[in-house]
Amino acid sequence: MNDGKATNGAAGAKKRFMYVNRKAPYGTIYALESLEVVLISAAFEQDVSLAFLDDGVYQLTKGQNTTAIGMKNFSPTFKALGDYEIKKLYVEKESLDERGLAPEDLMQITYEDEDEDYAEKPLIHIVSRSELTEILARQDVLFNF
Amino acid sequence: MELKLGILVNEGPYTHQASDTAYHFTKAALEKGHEIFRVFFYHDGVNNGTRFTVPPQDDRNLQKAWSELAAKAKLDLVVCIAAAQRRGILDTGEAKRHGKDSDNLAPGFRISGLGQLVEAGIVADRLVTFGD
Repeated sequence: MNDGKATNGAAGAKKRFMYVNRKAPYGTIYALESLEVVLISAAFEQDVSLAFLDDGVYQLTKGQNTTAIGMKNFSPTFKALGDYEIKKLYVEKESLDERGLAPEDLMQITYEDEDEDYAEKPLIHIVSRSELTEILARQDVLFNF
Repeated sequence: MELKLGILVNEGPYTHQASDTAYHFTKAALEKGHEIFRVFFYHDGVNNGTRFTVPPQDDRNLQKAWSELAAKAKLDLVVCIAAAQRRGILDTGEAKRHGKDSDNLAPGFRISGLGQLVEAGIVADRLVTFGD
Protein backbone atom coordinates (compact mmCIF):
# COMPACT_ATOMS: atom_id res chain seq x y z
CA MET A 1 0.00 0.00 0.00
CA ASN A 2 1.36 3.34 -1.06
CA ASP A 3 0.42 6.09 1.33
CA GLY A 4 2.09 8.68 -0.87
CA LYS A 5 4.46 10.19 1.66
CA ALA A 6 5.14 13.82 0.87
CA THR A 7 7.67 14.19 -1.90
CA ASN A 8 9.28 16.92 -3.99
CA GLY A 9 7.23 20.11 -3.73
CA ALA A 10 5.56 19.07 -0.51
CA ALA A 11 8.80 18.66 1.42
CA GLY A 12 9.50 22.26 2.41
CA ALA A 13 5.99 23.52 3.07
CA LYS A 14 4.30 23.55 6.45
CA LYS A 15 0.66 24.45 6.52
CA ARG A 16 -2.04 24.78 9.15
CA PHE A 17 -4.44 21.89 8.63
CA MET A 18 -7.82 21.97 10.35
CA TYR A 19 -10.21 19.04 10.47
CA VAL A 20 -13.75 20.20 11.25
CA ASN A 21 -15.90 17.42 12.70
CA ARG A 22 -19.61 18.21 12.64
CA LYS A 23 -21.30 14.83 12.68
CA ALA A 24 -22.16 12.28 15.36
CA PRO A 25 -19.74 9.31 15.52
CA TYR A 26 -21.77 6.32 14.30
CA GLY A 27 -24.79 7.49 12.27
CA THR A 28 -22.53 8.02 9.25
CA ILE A 29 -18.95 7.07 8.43
CA TYR A 30 -17.66 10.65 8.20
CA ALA A 31 -16.30 10.78 11.76
CA LEU A 32 -14.33 7.55 11.46
CA GLU A 33 -12.95 8.38 8.02
CA SER A 34 -12.05 11.88 9.21
CA LEU A 35 -9.97 10.36 11.99
CA GLU A 36 -8.22 8.16 9.42
CA VAL A 37 -7.09 11.25 7.47
CA VAL A 38 -5.98 12.94 10.69
CA LEU A 39 -3.75 10.00 11.62
CA ILE A 40 -2.18 9.88 8.15
CA SER A 41 -1.62 13.65 8.12
CA ALA A 42 0.47 13.34 11.28
CA ALA A 43 3.17 11.68 9.18
CA PHE A 44 3.50 14.83 7.06
CA GLU A 45 4.62 17.09 9.92
CA GLN A 46 2.02 19.76 9.34
CA ASP A 47 0.43 22.00 11.99
CA VAL A 48 -2.73 19.95 12.65
CA SER A 49 -5.80 21.01 14.65
CA LEU A 50 -9.22 19.44 15.06
CA ALA A 51 -12.50 21.20 15.77
CA PHE A 52 -15.66 19.58 17.08
CA LEU A 53 -18.96 21.36 16.69
CA ASP A 54 -22.64 20.63 16.11
CA ASP A 55 -23.24 16.88 16.61
CA GLY A 56 -19.48 16.39 16.18
CA VAL A 57 -19.08 17.02 19.92
CA TYR A 58 -20.61 13.58 20.52
CA GLN A 59 -17.45 12.03 19.02
CA LEU A 60 -15.56 12.97 22.20
CA THR A 61 -18.10 11.88 24.81
CA LYS A 62 -16.84 9.40 27.38
CA GLY A 63 -18.26 5.95 28.02
CA GLN A 64 -19.13 5.17 24.40
CA ASN A 65 -20.39 1.62 23.99
CA THR A 66 -21.22 0.36 20.50
CA THR A 67 -21.86 -3.28 21.36
CA ALA A 68 -25.57 -3.12 20.63
CA ILE A 69 -25.13 -1.59 17.16
CA GLY A 70 -22.34 -3.98 16.12
CA MET A 71 -19.98 -1.19 15.09
CA LYS A 72 -16.41 -0.57 16.14
CA ASN A 73 -16.00 1.92 18.99
CA PHE A 74 -13.21 4.11 17.65
CA SER A 75 -13.31 6.72 20.43
CA PRO A 76 -10.18 5.31 22.20
CA THR A 77 -8.18 6.36 19.11
CA PHE A 78 -8.62 10.01 20.08
CA LYS A 79 -6.55 9.29 23.20
CA ALA A 80 -3.58 8.38 21.01
CA LEU A 81 -3.52 11.70 19.13
CA GLY A 82 -0.93 13.16 21.50
CA ASP A 83 1.48 10.40 20.46
CA TYR A 84 1.00 11.59 16.88
CA GLU A 85 2.02 15.14 17.87
CA ILE A 86 -1.57 16.32 17.41
CA LYS A 87 -2.26 18.48 20.43
CA LYS A 88 -5.04 20.89 19.51
CA LEU A 89 -8.62 19.69 19.80
CA TYR A 90 -11.09 22.56 19.94
CA VAL A 91 -14.63 21.91 21.15
CA GLU A 92 -17.26 24.56 20.63
CA LYS A 93 -18.93 25.51 23.92
CA GLU A 94 -22.25 26.48 22.35
CA SER A 95 -22.55 23.07 20.67
CA LEU A 96 -22.07 21.39 24.06
CA ASP A 97 -24.63 23.71 25.70
CA GLU A 98 -27.21 23.17 22.94
CA ARG A 99 -27.01 19.42 23.55
CA GLY A 100 -27.07 19.57 27.35
CA LEU A 101 -23.46 18.40 27.53
CA ALA A 102 -20.77 19.68 29.89
CA PRO A 103 -16.97 19.44 29.56
CA GLU A 104 -17.09 16.65 32.19
CA ASP A 105 -19.08 14.51 29.73
CA LEU A 106 -16.07 14.41 27.40
CA MET A 107 -13.16 11.98 27.51
CA GLN A 108 -10.07 13.04 29.42
CA ILE A 109 -7.44 13.32 26.71
CA THR A 110 -3.93 14.42 27.56
CA TYR A 111 -0.44 14.50 26.10
CA GLU A 112 2.98 14.56 27.71
CA ASP A 113 4.73 17.89 27.21
CA GLU A 114 8.39 17.11 26.47
CA ASP A 115 9.36 20.72 27.14
CA GLU A 116 7.91 20.69 30.64
CA ASP A 117 9.29 17.45 32.07
CA TYR A 118 6.57 15.38 30.41
CA ALA A 119 3.77 17.07 32.35
CA GLU A 120 0.32 15.77 31.39
CA LYS A 121 -1.58 18.48 29.56
CA PRO A 122 -5.11 18.48 28.17
CA LEU A 123 -5.60 18.16 24.41
CA ILE A 124 -9.17 19.39 24.53
CA HIS A 125 -9.78 23.11 24.61
CA ILE A 126 -13.32 24.39 25.07
CA VAL A 127 -13.74 27.53 22.98
CA SER A 128 -16.63 29.84 22.22
CA ARG A 129 -18.21 30.06 18.78
CA SER A 130 -16.52 33.42 18.16
CA GLU A 131 -13.12 32.10 19.27
CA LEU A 132 -13.55 29.13 16.96
CA THR A 133 -14.38 31.48 14.10
CA GLU A 134 -11.02 33.19 14.63
CA ILE A 135 -9.19 29.86 14.87
CA LEU A 136 -10.77 28.69 11.61
CA ALA A 137 -9.83 31.94 9.88
CA ARG A 138 -6.14 31.30 10.67
CA GLN A 139 -6.01 27.93 8.88
CA ASP A 140 -4.51 27.18 5.46
CA VAL A 141 -6.36 23.96 4.66
CA LEU A 142 -9.83 23.06 5.96
CA PHE A 143 -11.34 19.60 5.86
CA ASN A 144 -15.02 19.48 6.74
CA PHE A 145 -16.27 16.05 7.72
CA MET B 1 -4.19 34.48 -11.50
CA GLU B 2 -3.76 30.83 -12.36
CA LEU B 3 -3.96 28.48 -9.42
CA LYS B 4 -2.90 24.97 -8.64
CA LEU B 5 -6.04 23.26 -7.34
CA GLY B 6 -6.68 20.11 -5.40
CA ILE B 7 -10.19 18.65 -5.62
CA LEU B 8 -11.78 16.46 -2.94
CA VAL B 9 -14.96 14.55 -3.82
CA ASN B 10 -16.72 13.14 -0.75
CA GLU B 11 -20.00 11.83 -2.17
CA GLY B 12 -20.98 9.16 -4.64
CA PRO B 13 -22.55 9.79 -8.04
CA TYR B 14 -26.32 10.16 -8.56
CA THR B 15 -27.37 10.13 -4.89
CA HIS B 16 -25.68 13.46 -4.36
CA GLN B 17 -24.94 16.35 -6.71
CA ALA B 18 -21.44 16.79 -5.28
CA SER B 19 -19.62 14.71 -7.88
CA ASP B 20 -21.50 16.40 -10.77
CA THR B 21 -20.51 19.79 -9.38
CA ALA B 22 -16.92 18.65 -8.82
CA TYR B 23 -16.76 17.42 -12.43
CA HIS B 24 -18.15 20.67 -13.86
CA PHE B 25 -15.89 22.75 -11.60
CA THR B 26 -12.80 20.73 -12.62
CA LYS B 27 -13.64 21.04 -16.32
CA ALA B 28 -14.29 24.79 -16.02
CA ALA B 29 -11.09 25.36 -14.03
CA LEU B 30 -9.05 23.58 -16.71
CA GLU B 31 -10.71 25.67 -19.42
CA LYS B 32 -9.77 28.82 -17.49
CA GLY B 33 -6.12 27.72 -17.46
CA HIS B 34 -5.86 26.53 -13.85
CA GLU B 35 -3.86 23.44 -13.00
CA ILE B 36 -5.60 20.49 -11.33
CA PHE B 37 -2.93 18.88 -9.17
CA ARG B 38 -5.13 15.96 -8.21
CA VAL B 39 -8.74 14.87 -7.78
CA PHE B 40 -9.11 12.74 -4.65
CA PHE B 41 -12.17 10.58 -4.06
CA TYR B 42 -13.07 9.79 -0.44
CA HIS B 43 -16.02 8.42 1.55
CA ASP B 44 -18.75 7.36 -0.94
CA GLY B 45 -16.91 9.48 -3.52
CA VAL B 46 -14.90 6.34 -4.35
CA ASN B 47 -18.02 5.07 -6.15
CA ASN B 48 -17.18 7.50 -8.94
CA GLY B 49 -14.31 5.16 -9.78
CA THR B 50 -16.17 2.02 -10.82
CA ARG B 51 -16.46 1.14 -14.50
CA PHE B 52 -19.48 -1.11 -13.78
CA THR B 53 -22.08 1.67 -13.63
CA VAL B 54 -24.81 1.44 -16.28
CA PRO B 55 -27.01 4.53 -15.93
CA PRO B 56 -30.12 4.88 -18.16
CA GLN B 57 -29.26 6.08 -21.67
CA ASP B 58 -31.08 9.38 -21.24
CA ASP B 59 -29.05 10.20 -18.13
CA ARG B 60 -25.47 11.41 -17.82
CA ASN B 61 -22.73 8.83 -17.28
CA LEU B 62 -20.68 10.58 -14.66
CA GLN B 63 -18.07 7.86 -14.18
CA LYS B 64 -17.39 7.80 -17.93
CA ALA B 65 -17.22 11.60 -17.97
CA TRP B 66 -14.47 11.53 -15.32
CA SER B 67 -12.52 8.89 -17.28
CA GLU B 68 -12.80 10.92 -20.49
CA LEU B 69 -11.77 14.14 -18.78
CA ALA B 70 -8.82 12.35 -17.19
CA ALA B 71 -7.64 11.09 -20.58
CA LYS B 72 -8.05 14.49 -22.23
CA ALA B 73 -6.50 16.62 -19.49
CA LYS B 74 -4.11 14.02 -18.02
CA LEU B 75 -5.85 14.30 -14.65
CA ASP B 76 -4.61 12.40 -11.62
CA LEU B 77 -7.78 10.74 -10.29
CA VAL B 78 -7.04 9.01 -6.99
CA VAL B 79 -9.43 6.77 -5.09
CA CYS B 80 -8.71 6.25 -1.39
CA ILE B 81 -7.70 2.65 -0.82
CA ALA B 82 -9.27 2.23 2.63
CA ALA B 83 -12.56 3.83 1.59
CA ALA B 84 -12.54 1.86 -1.69
CA GLN B 85 -11.99 -1.51 -0.06
CA ARG B 86 -14.93 -0.94 2.29
CA ARG B 87 -17.14 -0.19 -0.70
CA GLY B 88 -15.93 -2.80 -3.18
CA ILE B 89 -13.84 -0.69 -5.55
CA LEU B 90 -10.81 -2.74 -6.55
CA ASP B 91 -8.05 -2.48 -9.12
CA THR B 92 -6.45 -5.57 -10.66
CA GLY B 93 -3.79 -5.92 -8.00
CA GLU B 94 -6.18 -5.48 -5.07
CA ALA B 95 -8.75 -7.88 -6.55
CA LYS B 96 -6.05 -10.51 -6.91
CA ARG B 97 -4.66 -9.89 -3.43
CA HIS B 98 -8.08 -10.33 -1.83
CA GLY B 99 -9.08 -13.32 -3.97
CA LYS B 100 -11.95 -11.54 -5.77
CA ASP B 101 -13.17 -12.75 -9.17
CA SER B 102 -13.00 -9.34 -10.82
CA ASP B 103 -11.74 -5.80 -10.53
CA ASN B 104 -13.85 -2.74 -11.35
CA LEU B 105 -11.65 0.35 -11.29
CA ALA B 106 -12.45 2.67 -14.20
CA PRO B 107 -9.85 3.87 -16.73
CA GLY B 108 -7.94 6.95 -15.63
CA PHE B 109 -8.39 6.24 -11.90
CA ARG B 110 -5.78 4.83 -9.57
CA ILE B 111 -6.05 3.54 -6.02
CA SER B 112 -3.71 4.95 -3.39
CA GLY B 113 -3.49 6.06 0.21
CA LEU B 114 -4.81 9.04 2.16
CA GLY B 115 -1.35 10.54 2.05
CA GLN B 116 -2.22 11.56 -1.50
CA LEU B 117 -5.01 13.76 -0.10
CA VAL B 118 -2.77 15.33 2.53
CA GLU B 119 -0.13 15.95 -0.13
CA ALA B 120 -2.76 17.70 -2.29
CA GLY B 121 -3.55 19.94 0.69
CA ILE B 122 0.12 20.81 1.07
CA VAL B 123 1.01 21.29 -2.59
CA ALA B 124 -2.14 22.95 -3.98
CA ASP B 125 -2.87 26.66 -3.63
CA ARG B 126 -6.47 25.75 -2.80
CA LEU B 127 -8.09 22.47 -1.83
CA VAL B 128 -11.72 22.56 -2.93
CA THR B 129 -14.12 20.11 -1.27
CA PHE B 130 -17.35 18.82 -2.81
CA GLY B 131 -19.83 17.15 -0.46
CA ASP B 132 -21.68 17.97 2.73
